[in-house]
Amino acid sequence: MEYYLQVLTLAGINLMVVLGLGLLTGFTGLFSFGHAGFMCIGAYTSAILTVTLKVPFVVALIASGLVAGAISLLLGRLTLKLKGDYFLIATLGFGESVRLIFDNIEPLGGARGFSGIEKNSNFISVWLVCIIGIFFLIRLMNSRYGRNFKAIREEELASATIGIDVFKTKLLSLFISAIYAGIGGSLYAHYMTFIKPTNFQLIKSTEFTIMAIIGGLGSITGSVIGALLLTVLPELLRFVADWRMVIYGAAVVILIIVRPKGIAGGKEFKDFFFIVWIRRLFNKIFTKEDPGNGGKL
Amino acid sequence: MKKVLEINNLTKKFGGLTAVDNLTFHIWENQIYGLIGPNGAGKTTVFNMITAVYAPTSGEIIFDGDNLANKSSYEIARAGITRTFQNIRLFKEMTVYENVHTACHLNTDYNIWDSLIHNKNYKSGEKLIRQQVNELLERMGLYERRDEVAMNLPYGDQRRLEIARAVALQPKLLLLDEPAAGMNPDETNELVKTIRSIREDFKLSVLLIEHHMDLVMNICDQIVVINFGKEIAKGTAGEVQNHPEVIEAYLGKREEELLHVDA
Repeated sequence: MEYYLQVLTLAGINLMVVLGLGLLTGFTGLFSFGHAGFMCIGAYTSAILTVTLKVPFVVALIASGLVAGAISLLLGRLTLKLKGDYFLIATLGFGESVRLIFDNIEPLGGARGFSGIEKNSNFISVWLVCIIGIFFLIRLMNSRYGRNFKAIREEELASATIGIDVFKTKLLSLFISAIYAGIGGSLYAHYMTFIKPTNFQLIKSTEFTIMAIIGGLGSITGSVIGALLLTVLPELLRFVADWRMVIYGAAVVILIIVRPKGIAGGKEFKDFFFIVWIRRLFNKIFTKEDPGNGGKL
Repeated sequence: MKKVLEINNLTKKFGGLTAVDNLTFHIWENQIYGLIGPNGAGKTTVFNMITAVYAPTSGEIIFDGDNLANKSSYEIARAGITRTFQNIRLFKEMTVYENVHTACHLNTDYNIWDSLIHNKNYKSGEKLIRQQVNELLERMGLYERRDEVAMNLPYGDQRRLEIARAVALQPKLLLLDEPAAGMNPDETNELVKTIRSIREDFKLSVLLIEHHMDLVMNICDQIVVINFGKEIAKGTAGEVQNHPEVIEAYLGKREEELLHVDA
């Protein structure tokens, strides 16, 4: 039991980062291979605040999100004018430089890592944060801000001609995305109790991207499925020992061939057929007034 | 009556090619203005300069008394100029409803916190937008198709949706780039009515690029004809139609005339 809870806790931590990445990649159309960098910043911020400065965990959790967000604004100012793949390359460079910077800061342990962090992340605290994160993300996507993100993903030039400030909107998306990653990093630090820069290598960033894509880009439900599945899958495969990562890799390839749009395929939970049936039935029974947009939220 | 848009000595050069050459015309309030010319005459380039997709090489664009130099596309849209595109640029994977819904983002002013906590500001703002979207879809005849994904619409509906999206910002000047392209005669007639009624109801001016001559001659109060980026004629439909240079640009010279030139 303890083991399963640990795996699910780890899945929740990954989910927090994937939610942020999903906002940036799935909804705004910007790929990032630097989210481990934001996670790293969040983890170290939280470690410094709680261990060195004795700040309560909750305060450190929020602060690490904000610090990662602040750094993302700097990065975004410099790189968000770049189009498509160039932005991706810039984030890749960012993620690696963050890791190398922490590698060389001796007071923080350098490559030896930072130890003695209190264990505050457990199943309940992590999933509580995740649920709040999902809740806010759903509300954000149902606002004019969320619609503007999607518009930019669909058609950048047309977005500008309907008065969307493309640069600022992308910056906002990156900012919120980095907050999620920073909070994920903080949860991670308080789960592992020991962090080192090599925990946040490029491979970590790619893992998050794979989770977002396999789950389904442009869907919060997809992020949840992706993070859960790809955290749990390697654990389920432990019995095959050495072949574990081979099967994991093959599973990812097969999934992407069978469902190129990801498992959720751009749909949300509320759009799946059985939920739609239940909601129609519900509407029939209680005849709620039609919100005038075809029953969509 | 006052001037909405003044284009003064506008020029655009792409390397050695002069796409638009010293073009001048003024659009008055509530006017439907036609910009016509053969393919490659530089019409869309004019649109792209007005909406800051391209920066002019020289000349000025004045909208409502303000010079538009150094403004970016979104600022121009906010100032009150919106457009459609020759090669339709809808938000393809969004529904009809969402396309127009997105374009209404400036008609409310709730901020990001309001949207996270769903307070009164957010609710009244969203309610207002929803009403606007429904009304607009109704009047553009797209209400029945509101839940369809934009890229699955027939061509004519896609064009109308693009117009609906542009009108959603409540502009003072609407730029339509070949709105009737790919439409059959019935749809074109319908479009003429729509453009007229939009002008009346929203009190806006329209600048129109179009190749359907009957449409242009039918609804434009003023027309400017360009060829190779240069103005060759300006005036009402009647004046332009019989202008020798316009006939030449569209139909070419008579054989005798050519022989005459050669001789």
